[in-house]
Amino acid sequence: MGKQTVLFDLHRQMGGRMVPFGGWDMPLHYGSQLEEHHAVRREAGMFDVSHMTVVDIEGPRAGAFLRHLLANDVARLSQPGKALYSCMLNPEGGVIDDLITYFLNDEWYRMVVNAATTEKDLAWLQQQAADFEVTVNPRRDLAMVAVQGPQARHRALPLLPAGLRIAASELKPFFAAHDHDWFVGRTGYTGEDGFEVILPAGEATGFWQRLADAGVAPCGLGARDTLRLEAGMNLYGSDMDEGVSPLEAGLGWTIAWEPAERAFIGRAALESKREETGLRRFVGLVLEGRGVLRNHQKLFLGEQVVGEITSGGFAPTLERSIALARVAAEIDEGCEVDIRGRRIPVRVVKPPFVRNGKSLI
Amino acid sequence: MGDLPNDLKYTKEHEWVREEGDGTVTIGISDHAQEQLGDLVFVELPEVGDSVEQGRECGVVESVKAASDIYAPVTGEVVGINEVLADSPETANQDPFGDGWLLRIKLADAGQLDGLMTADAYAELIAAEAH
Repeated sequence: MGKQTVLFDLHRQMGGRMVPFGGWDMPLHYGSQLEEHHAVRREAGMFDVSHMTVVDIEGPRAGAFLRHLLANDVARLSQPGKALYSCMLNPEGGVIDDLITYFLNDEWYRMVVNAATTEKDLAWLQQQAADFEVTVNPRRDLAMVAVQGPQARHRALPLLPAGLRIAASELKPFFAAHDHDWFVGRTGYTGEDGFEVILPAGEATGFWQRLADAGVAPCGLGARDTLRLEAGMNLYGSDMDEGVSPLEAGLGWTIAWEPAERAFIGRAALESKREETGLRRFVGLVLEGRGVLRNHQKLFLGEQVVGEITSGGFAPTLERSIALARVAAEIDEGCEVDIRGRRIPVRVVKPPFVRNGKSLI
Repeated sequence: MGDLPNDLKYTKEHEWVREEGDGTVTIGISDHAQEQLGDLVFVELPEVGDSVEQGRECGVVESVKAASDIYAPVTGEVVGINEVLADSPETANQDPFGDGWLLRIKLADAGQLDGLMTADAYAELIAAEAH
């Protein structure tokens, strides 16, 4: 039995098929993963993401701490509420976790980290924080609901606390607003518009129920995975981990190399990796035949193994199979995948595959 | 879970077998199997004329979640496949005991049917797996 979010009973009541995930019992789907996927692409769906952890970083040197801790640079965040996606690296340049950081004020940043990595993340944060006199505060008192889809903001706005509605309605993408313990970010993990709402745990069931009443479809982890795969977004633990640098996980764009004197953890290792020849490429793949690409399937050029699928599956919006993969540097157009002993051609594409409901391949 | 049709036989691989009375059987996956797999997105079946052997893999059903082998519940020759599944694999979710059938086999040894499970025995197997 895993940990339960505050919405657990409601998931069961709504027909959620509960499965273990990262130490939690979470809904995989509520009947049909495909229908949930389409609901998000076409209208609006909601996800319980309360298993992820909100961590507040507070103190006069909070910014300096995060500029040391993260490969991306929070100094890029000049406007309050702005969000930044970043990797948190170990000294070898491997990815401890990928996370979002919101800049709230000079002495308060908010991070959202993955569920399965929470304990090691917190240990790492505490260890690194000692030199900066910042407090690292995991907010176990908060729940989190992602509302995603072309109709998501329209349906969610009236259900926010009155004091937050106007600010939330005016949010630009990748910005957040808050009022007491309600926090709304115009962010997500689906490739659609929408909000991620952090709120007091005690108010989560009421919010979820009102969203359902407003026609927002409950969606499980299954749809969350196919949506993020179509959106070309990485999944920690599948597409990258502590043994892989962002340079080989399609995340080079999240590394802030300038200013050169910012000595973030992992910088030296990344700088030497950057000079290496033959770094593997992280690419999108489209299956050119029948079947389904799956994690860990091997890629071939002739008899030579040239890579491996890190996230594969069926893309409901495209009605075909797609994948993210790490391949040898020379693979730029296509290769073959081994599916149960049979070789099927795959075409290399640049993710994302789908954005705002539309195919990009 | 829906009621299990009593006129079918079942396997521990969660497939069903229906005797057609002409030396052939029709095969499909059970309602329990489709529910466990989730939305089906791809079905790979043998070709008409292929020989299949009891207990051996003869195809694959893939859902949004995972791939799962189809095992031949009896030995014989494939005499029909459900062409609908190529474009509409979800038929096996919607009507697993009817329109979502997989293939038809001409029995090599009718005696093999005696070794398959009754609906009651299969219901017990599902109940046992749930614990």
